[in-house]
Amino acid sequence: MTAPLPTTKLPKTDEHLLRELAPQVLGAVVRRYGNFAAAEDAVQEALLAAAMQWPDAGVPDNPRAWLIQVAARRMTDQLRSEIARRRREAEMLRQEPPEEQVAPPPEDAELGEHDDTLLLLFMCCHPVLTPASAIALTLRAVGGLTTAEIANAYLVPEATMAQRISRAKQKIKDSGVPFAMPTERESEERLASVLHVLYLIFNEGYASSIGEELQRGDLVREALRLARAVRTLLPDDGEVAGLLALMLLTDARRDARTGRDGELIPLAQQDRTLWDRALIDEGVALISAALPRGSIGPYQLQAAIAAVHDEAQRVEDTDWPQILALYGLLERLSDNPMVTLNRAVAVAMVHGPRSGLELLATLGRDSRLADHYRLAAVRAHLYEMAGDVDAAVADYLAAARRTTSIPERDYLSSQAAKLSRK
Amino acid sequence: MKYILMMQFPLGAWKTQRFGLWPEQDQKRHYDFLKRFNQELVDAGEFVRTEGLGGPEQMKIVHAGKNGAPAITDGPFPESKEVLAGYWAIDVETPERAYELAARASAAPGPGGKPLNMPIEVHPVMMSSTSGEI
Repeated sequence: MTAPLPTTKLPKTDEHLLRELAPQVLGAVVRRYGNFAAAEDAVQEALLAAAMQWPDAGVPDNPRAWLIQVAARRMTDQLRSEIARRRREAEMLRQEPPEEQVAPPPEDAELGEHDDTLLLLFMCCHPVLTPASAIALTLRAVGGLTTAEIANAYLVPEATMAQRISRAKQKIKDSGVPFAMPTERESEERLASVLHVLYLIFNEGYASSIGEELQRGDLVREALRLARAVRTLLPDDGEVAGLLALMLLTDARRDARTGRDGELIPLAQQDRTLWDRALIDEGVALISAALPRGSIGPYQLQAAIAAVHDEAQRVEDTDWPQILALYGLLERLSDNPMVTLNRAVAVAMVHGPRSGLELLATLGRDSRLADHYRLAAVRAHLYEMAGDVDAAVADYLAAARRTTSIPERDYLSSQAAKLSRK
Repeated sequence: MKYILMMQFPLGAWKTQRFGLWPEQDQKRHYDFLKRFNQELVDAGEFVRTEGLGGPEQMKIVHAGKNGAPAITDGPFPESKEVLAGYWAIDVETPERAYELAARASAAPGPGGKPLNMPIEVHPVMMSSTSGEI
């Protein structure tokens, strides 16, 4: 059991307000004092103070200024005690301490004029960090989640998550990443890292919004919120729009994706009346506006594929030739055998299962995929389509043995059992 | 990715070579190693949980007997060659890192400070989520 979070006392609207303000406050404090790691701790303390005090005292008139002031006071305290410590050390060495100035308290007018959310995201998702560290740091520094909440979502002890965050901060410090926008030359790669981290956060939440781990739906909301924030700051970027659209079009199917007992329901068998029309409309509008603008990237293509699925009223209305064409484009952009695996399904739907199986045969030689359960799972599906029951059962069972996901294992095993009965 | 590393102690050697029978200095060296190893896992942000388990003398095998009441036999399964001495649950970025940590655990110092080279079983932990691709 985890300890109750201090934020649970806050009404939901105030909690959202805090999360909204967290990166802006952090940005202002980093701008004023530098030292990202210390600023992040100070802002975290300010957020906790707000969560403790606001329920009784009420939300201040200017909550952002309040938070900046509290965080700045913490920074000043830290600087003072740091100076005092150094002075003590210096005195022990009988040296005259240099005259050191304590930073004056910040003037609110000067602070917080900029929205630094994007700068923070670039910093927290820097390619020097591993994905797991970047995710943890982003959720805390930009998302304003507490360490306990992040630990809870990723099912590790709080001390482990705290350590992951502090290592990430140390790594950023060591690598001397400036708190500034990336140069034009590196901006594409850096934005790709940011989008990848948001994608991973979304996926972690979406893939596990099953059964007992419902709290991870928070990760979906958080990823969507951050993607929307990036979209507001970079409204003309096609890939940002593409990622947000992909999240919306995927999340739209959430209620249809699992059955009453938490069992996985594949796209073809989902009850499409359960899909969220509002999310689909928003996603379709986003991707339709982004695609004609040129500079097409993998998120836009994946969103376009999701849109084609979501726009089919019935599974038999699916425009498979269009999906096949989109996977063809995606395959040219990324050297990822998973894309080819998905294209094989589209090939089977357009040209028949035997053509799909021929494409799969070429993939079996790719060492990144040869032993992967998804290759066996797709092959099983195509054998089933082709009416080759024995081969389908064998591959469903092989896939079930290799997956580390319980819902997938159960789905694959039940497919094998169903076919064996026939 | 989460993994369980299971430390398997050879059952045949338990009676004469188990930890509790080592010279005090060797025991201390072993437990110091474990302490350091665990702290390293915490510091690396990879620690989930660890437990040491009671030996064969404390083990029972339980079946459902009549009316579901427990039917209890002493000791490990007769066909066992190893006894599970303890385990770590870790959360790492790659399987290779899990294997690396397992090798480190396997080389824990034994009598005379020599590496034990105990076999460590590495199990991926099944997830209640789907495996990643949207």
